[in-house]
Amino acid sequence: MALPSSLNRYLLLMAQEHLEFRLPEIKSLLSLFGGQFTSSQETYGKSPFWILSIPSEDIARNLMKRTVCAKSIFELWGHGKSPEELYSSLKNYPVEKMVPFLHSDSTYKIKIHTFNKTLTQEEKVKRIDALEFLPFEGKVNLKKPQHIFSVLEDYGLDPNHIPENPHNIYFGRWIADGQRDLIESYSVKKRHFIGNTSMDAGLSFIMANHGKVKENDIVFDPFVGTGGLLVASAHFGAYVYGTDIDYNTVHGLGKASRKNQKWRGPDENIRANLRQYGLEKYYLDVLVSDASKPSWRKGTFFDAIITDPPYGIRESTRRTGSQKEIPKGLEKCPESHVPVSLSYHLSDMFFDLLNFAAETLVLGGRLVYWLPVYTPEYTEEMVPWHPCLKLISNCEQKLSSHTSRHLITMEKVEEFENRDQYSHLLSDHFLPYQGHNSFREKYFSGVTKRIAKEEKSIQE
Amino acid sequence: MKLLTHNLLSSHVRGVGPRGFPLRLQATEVRINPVEFNPDFVARMIPKVEWAALLEAADTLHLIEVPKEPIEGYEHDEEFLRKMHHILLEVEVLEGTLQCPESGRLFPISRGIPNMLLSDEETET
Repeated sequence: MALPSSLNRYLLLMAQEHLEFRLPEIKSLLSLFGGQFTSSQETYGKSPFWILSIPSEDIARNLMKRTVCAKSIFELWGHGKSPEELYSSLKNYPVEKMVPFLHSDSTYKIKIHTFNKTLTQEEKVKRIDALEFLPFEGKVNLKKPQHIFSVLEDYGLDPNHIPENPHNIYFGRWIADGQRDLIESYSVKKRHFIGNTSMDAGLSFIMANHGKVKENDIVFDPFVGTGGLLVASAHFGAYVYGTDIDYNTVHGLGKASRKNQKWRGPDENIRANLRQYGLEKYYLDVLVSDASKPSWRKGTFFDAIITDPPYGIRESTRRTGSQKEIPKGLEKCPESHVPVSLSYHLSDMFFDLLNFAAETLVLGGRLVYWLPVYTPEYTEEMVPWHPCLKLISNCEQKLSSHTSRHLITMEKVEEFENRDQYSHLLSDHFLPYQGHNSFREKYFSGVTKRIAKEEKSIQE
Repeated sequence: MKLLTHNLLSSHVRGVGPRGFPLRLQATEVRINPVEFNPDFVARMIPKVEWAALLEAADTLHLIEVPKEPIEGYEHDEEFLRKMHHILLEVEVLEGTLQCPESGRLFPISRGIPNMLLSDEETET
């Protein structure tokens, strides 16, 4: 399929991590900046080389200011399956597009990158020399060139089978790098306040990107925990709200999650986490609240809802309960003076979450959340559905041999009219699959089976 | 708790519905916490504000210079936006209560954090 010639072609060099999450991230970000995802590549799969068309360099730069999935972007001048194909492709690239970057007043350098192979310095120099036919008029500056050009050679993905010749060679003008540095600078290891289930920094930024979070948005996390997802959204300029049913977590009290630390210190709370990164101005408020019984007045206040609900394994799924409930399984939270029930069914929780999102998101706003799944039983039908929300993406991350979680992104496409209108529709969709409720048992069933097997083999 | 937040909160005690808003504010400890002024964000918030509730809360806290309503062309009126920025985002109730106007139920605010938990019997079905 030929690409429209008015669009410029770019080469994205992707990081080889969270493979399924990459395409939805790039698509969401392109749509955030007014672009649309257009590409001639059939699928992206495992490859780190993505060719796509982007309307302008500005959009490309904006994309790179947000992405944690892409390492770099290049304006693609040529590519081929062999050096000859590459040179011929370069000769077809319009000279008038090259000239602004090659003129005599400019400085440049050429870098050779190889993937899954190492070249000697001699081999690299040979490749640079072969590009002499390009109309470079500027001066080479290896330290601080104005323009950097890159040759990228793809030797495949299998380190055990490195081909003699590359599968693909690309040549482009380097534009910008992505935000992968954020993963280290926001690492949970360095964060002041963490909990047992604090989200990995990379994934928290991916979630904010799937959510199309932008400056001056209001982002809400109804299961805020220690606020990791709020930190990522605040980094992108959104103002943040969080709620959690756990009084101690919201206040930053109680037992610490760090090894070797007994109790949480005075600077351990959600606000302090934002302050640690200079993001305190984006802190609106956090509340102790039951996500199934929200306290917001009627209206659409949130641009995005980004959350990691409890799966009932390391943190219990809870909602406020009744005095009448049987004491077994009932936990009283002294500070809040309200009995907390431990039997909040997971499927009820997603039902509540989707309804809440449909009611409180602005039109076009996004809900991004994790759905725990028992892999042997998983089918796409069990992804929760709502008439006001459109499914944008569904990305799997394996947790164990028989469980995984799916990052679900939905967009509000219709205004929410009346709660009663939807309740019967939704319960039909949820009744067939009650599997989410027994997620905790299924998660542990594999473990107990394995332990039993091991004990048996030891005895034999 | 900021006044922007107070303006968005409502009681969800069983049976009160829309009469659960606004929550009656009572504060025993308030602090002014400077926040970097962002006119674009403040301008975005103005249409979401329920003005009567805001005036009531501001009055309870004895705030001065509170605009009575959004003025025409507020998006470009820096003076107006700065005042609203201060009221909505810089005034924090550290200790106090929020009271459901219909049922009288109290929700405590401690260390700046409101506790909105209700038991099953108390909430809407």
